[in-house]
Amino acid sequence: MARLSLRGIKKRFKTTDVLHGIDLEIGDREFVVFVGPSGCGKSTLLRLIAGLDPITEGTFTLNGKSMNDVPPSRRGIAMVFQSYALYPHMDVYENMAFGARLMGLTKAEIEARIDEAARMLRLEPYLKRKPRELSGGQRQRVAIARALVRKPEVFLLDEPLSNLDAALRSDVRLEIARLHRQIGGTMIYVTHDQVEAMTLADKIVVMNQGRIEQVGSPRELYETPANTFVATFIGSPRMALIDVTREGARVGVAGGGSQTLDRMPADANGAFKIGVRPDGLALARGNGGDGFAASVVYTEYLGDNAFVYARLADGTQVGIRTAPGEFYEPDEAVTVTIAPSAAHFFSAADGRRLAA
Amino acid sequence: MTAAAETYYEKRGLIGTLGRDGLLQIILVANTFIMLAPIVIMVFSAFKTNMEIFQSPFSLPDFTNVANFVKIWTQTNFLRYLANSFIVTGASMVCILTLGTMAAYAIARYQFFGASFILMFFLAGLTLPLKLAIIPLFMLMRDLGILNNQLSLIAVYTAMGLPTTVFIMTGFIRTLPSELEDAARMDGASEARIMWSIMLPLVRPAMVIAGIQNVVPIWNDFFFPLVFIQNDSLKTLPQGLTTFMGEYTTDWGVLFSGLTLSAAPIILIYIMLSRQFINGMTSGAVK
Ligand SMILES: Nc1ncnc2c1ncn2[C@@H]1O[C@H](COP(=O)(O)OP(=O)(O)OP(=O)(O)O)[C@@H](O)[C@H]1O
Ligand SMILES: [Mg+2]
Repeated sequence: MARLSLRGIKKRFKTTDVLHGIDLEIGDREFVVFVGPSGCGKSTLLRLIAGLDPITEGTFTLNGKSMNDVPPSRRGIAMVFQSYALYPHMDVYENMAFGARLMGLTKAEIEARIDEAARMLRLEPYLKRKPRELSGGQRQRVAIARALVRKPEVFLLDEPLSNLDAALRSDVRLEIARLHRQIGGTMIYVTHDQVEAMTLADKIVVMNQGRIEQVGSPRELYETPANTFVATFIGSPRMALIDVTREGARVGVAGGGSQTLDRMPADANGAFKIGVRPDGLALARGNGGDGFAASVVYTEYLGDNAFVYARLADGTQVGIRTAPGEFYEPDEAVTVTIAPSAAHFFSAADGRRLAA
Repeated sequence: MTAAAETYYEKRGLIGTLGRDGLLQIILVANTFIMLAPIVIMVFSAFKTNMEIFQSPFSLPDFTNVANFVKIWTQTNFLRYLANSFIVTGASMVCILTLGTMAAYAIARYQFFGASFILMFFLAGLTLPLKLAIIPLFMLMRDLGILNNQLSLIAVYTAMGLPTTVFIMTGFIRTLPSELEDAARMDGASEARIMWSIMLPLVRPAMVIAGIQNVVPIWNDFFFPLVFIQNDSLKTLPQGLTTFMGEYTTDWGVLFSGLTLSAAPIILIYIMLSRQFINGMTSGAVK
């Protein structure tokens, strides 16, 4: 059982405010992923939950008990650090045994737990090696195993895969997903990588500049982003944001054509933003007709897909998914149209989502 | 690697490079001779009689002639002095390394009011020649009642050694990733346990450097024992050896054998620790 609840958490380092009031509920056995641009405060929040830094303001409760003044070792939380932080002078076995011994477990119990963790992460052949004699992926697994041995209720993982190459990254990612099913603890996972976020998370927390922008399942975030920040942060290539003005049933881009749209935001008159992902846009050669005039910037060929990037008359760059066989020359004149069902509407003033 | 080496040779020309490196070798070899010569002469003289020393100071002695060593071992207070030197140096080193490492850890890791002031305070000790303060120190020791007592030496040496130790250790501890301590904290280790089980093994190279840096001047110090110690049974080696220099005659052979024996422990320690020492100096150079 582990329910975490953060209420109005603020963090200030000397004079800089890093977190401006975080409210978040995390349920038992949930896999929660924090994403956000560099420096938005993800690691800071994780360290507050771990108890490594004091909370400036607000309360953090675990199963209903306030943790604000409980030292890290008594919170029942384990953390896997971005740099692994393995003890360099101890071998793998000792690295895992260190915390278990401090818990006052019996020798037999320690042995049993290390065996179990080593088996789960396939570390048996390396127990007698020092961390420097291991590859990056093996070190990563030792760091996770070390956390496992303490059988914590909550796991914190700070960008655990950021030092691994692409192949290893997807391996360890699968391992972490399997581990979560197997041991069933609550996991809080920090990453930059949205593939990791989308594939692992029950719940994604999108952060920006010390605030939470949106909390939701991967699908919710993808299909109904709460604002332009989340809309452009989730999904790759990123969603295009087009500034439009409404002219009756049509929307137009400054100096670059217009098209009819059968869905419109309910309370928007005049200007607003339309967000469209690459597969909600269509491309036609030449200018004229219904749609926005644009010129091709470049084409990204990915084998099963191709993305054409084009610039609208007002300078906005949009990405459009096309069939891989079609080629467009740079500077070629094209017309871009929006599929009405794929359009998201956002307020021009504050970027918030507008209901259609 | 080879590409870089080739361009290096191409730029300077083979002859130029060899010439420069060769010159460097010659200078280094010459320096080695200059450094070693006094030590060699000291060891040679330890096996000679007074007569031989003055007749042929640089000749090879008869190494089976250990009369000087037997004499210094049996007929003088040498063993007493040696033991005193060990006690004073050992106790000082223990104090310097324990206190210095603990102080450095606190300064490097805990954020508290006045941390940087305390570091500056220690560093100020680097600039202060303690010998200038000999008269106040003498009065202080007298008032504390530890004149003619090895505690006075240990106290002064500890004070003398702390600045460099704190300086070296603080710098080193700051380069260690603090996530290691955070990891230990999450593992449930107390601050004392973190210091003992995690930090201490990691800072050992720096402790060796600080140790060597301090042990040589303390072992060789002549000045403070001269001022603070009068009892013959409390004298340290450098001080004790001077009693072999008579007013009219000096048995140089015995004196040199005493010097040889007193230098031996330090040289041995140095050789034993030199690997660690070099590791310490280059650690961090390559990741
Ligand atoms: N000890 C500190 N003192 C002052 N400012 C700090 C401290 N630690 C972090 N910060 C600031 O807090 C902000 C958030 O840092 P944090 O490490 O939480 O970012 P992050 O979201 O984890 O970024 P990244 O994805 O790059 O790891 C940054 O602007 C950083 O400069
Ligand atoms: Mg971070």
